[in-house]
Amino acid sequence: MVLVYIDHQDNQIKKSTLEAISYGAAVAAQLGTEVHGLLLGTLTEDISALGKYNLKNIYQISDASLSNFDAQVFVKTIATAATKVSATTLVFSHNQTGKALCAGVSALLKAGLVTGAIALPNTSAGFVVKKSVFSGKAFANVSISTAVKIIAISPNSYKVVGGASTAAITTPLDIAVTAGHVKITAVNKTSGEVSLTEADIVVSGGRGLKGPENWGILLDLAKELGAATACSRPVGDAHWRPHHEHVGQTGVQVAPNLYIAIGISGAIQHLAGVNRSKTIVVINKDPEAPFFKAADYGIVGDAFEVVPKLTEAIKKMKASA
Amino acid sequence: MKILVCISKTPDTIAKIAFTDAAKKFDEAGVQWIINPYDEWYALVRAIELKEKDPSIIIHLLTVGLADAEPIIRKALALGGDEAIRINADSSDSYYVAAQIAAVASSEKYDLIFTGKETIDYNGASVGGMLAALLDAPYLSLVTSFFIDGGTSTITREIEGGEEVITLNSTVVVSCQKGVAEQRIPNMRGIMAARTKPLKVLEPFAADTLTSIESFELPAPKAGVKLVSADNVEELVKLLHEEAKAI
Repeated sequence: MVLVYIDHQDNQIKKSTLEAISYGAAVAAQLGTEVHGLLLGTLTEDISALGKYNLKNIYQISDASLSNFDAQVFVKTIATAATKVSATTLVFSHNQTGKALCAGVSALLKAGLVTGAIALPNTSAGFVVKKSVFSGKAFANVSISTAVKIIAISPNSYKVVGGASTAAITTPLDIAVTAGHVKITAVNKTSGEVSLTEADIVVSGGRGLKGPENWGILLDLAKELGAATACSRPVGDAHWRPHHEHVGQTGVQVAPNLYIAIGISGAIQHLAGVNRSKTIVVINKDPEAPFFKAADYGIVGDAFEVVPKLTEAIKKMKASA
Repeated sequence: MKILVCISKTPDTIAKIAFTDAAKKFDEAGVQWIINPYDEWYALVRAIELKEKDPSIIIHLLTVGLADAEPIIRKALALGGDEAIRINADSSDSYYVAAQIAAVASSEKYDLIFTGKETIDYNGASVGGMLAALLDAPYLSLVTSFFIDGGTSTITREIEGGEEVITLNSTVVVSCQKGVAEQRIPNMRGIMAARTKPLKVLEPFAADTLTSIESFELPAPKAGVKLVSADNVEELVKLLHEEAKAI
């Protein structure tokens, strides 16, 4: 049986989790087995609607202490639940929550883990999962040799497949939840921002924008496109933009549908973080910028002139569509 | 207080990524090796900063690697730390590596264990979480700041769409990323001191491997950039809409 971990925040289930459910359903179909969900805690959103993604049953552990996220406690609970329902393959999204949990579950179950998976497993001989390595510069095909297997699927790597007409049922699971050590004292949400790793479109700026006061043109473009904003390492290091926006080998790795790079030369470390993007647009006044070699579309020109024009043109296109 | 910092050896961030042996092995020819940036810039430097405030803190560095990891662990000692341990084993499976570190940690009884959030070669992001589970210790992933006062740690970690602040009073495994500290350059005094700091080599503990790499692949090369004139951004919008179907 394939068991998908249902991550939820603020009573919502995010796109990365729907991707994980869709992925889990496809793995189950491939293995000729069933797919179930595993939910820790409670949420007000109607989870029966997850049936749309071919999920027929969700096991739920609704112990009140699970409203406080403590990875140590969650890991033990998930491992116990997976054993109780005889799961053979566990699927997580490799989002922030998945990163906190999947490795611990792997160690407790002694179940081989592939993180950052980008495709369905190859089960023709064994169980081999393709993942991104060298921060996006290459891929590795990793074989899992244990009976129970865990896959953490990279966000934006597997399409959400909906459309099934059944409602998911919920089966309560009775598992004793142990006490933890972690006390959450504050939560700061960056409200209104599009999540960088989940975004369909990312608009990113580099040193070519010359200073934080010039970010307005980029933010306008991002707003028009409903895009997340990002930046290169020098921009993050200079504190022009917050650290969490730094995309590249030592920052966040993204794989959006569209990545627009403005005033970024395209150092190899930056390219590593973005080269799984489906379409890359580069706007740079230096025609020799290495980024053009990795781009699908490019404009050689001054960002301060090109970007506002681009925002206007997109506005017009949307108005006429 | 005793802090363990886990150190991994990775290719330089500008190393050419190529493979040999029918794409089964990373091509090490001409590759410069560095301390994994997350381990060095954030985990190790933060541990050193804590020791600078409280000199009674003891810092151990640990790497799982063969003899070729020796220069990396010496370089880490040049930045700071009191002694180092190298477990003489290949480090390609995360569980195997975590089990090695857990074997040392369960006898040394560290108060804090710092790792980088992932290595820049295999990008597993797994050893810290596995280690915490094996030690039955709390695990804090994607940490962006770490403070300790008395026995209480105050930690900020990245979550979906923001961050949360946590306090706890126990041994903890912390996976560090940007924000925790700033990169440092080792000075001559540190380099000299590192030569005489103890570096213990241990033979590996018995542990299973759960995964293995079958082969590597490089991404397909891009077809080439389509340049659009700066005076005709409408053309770019049209291409993105009709050809790339991206907007």
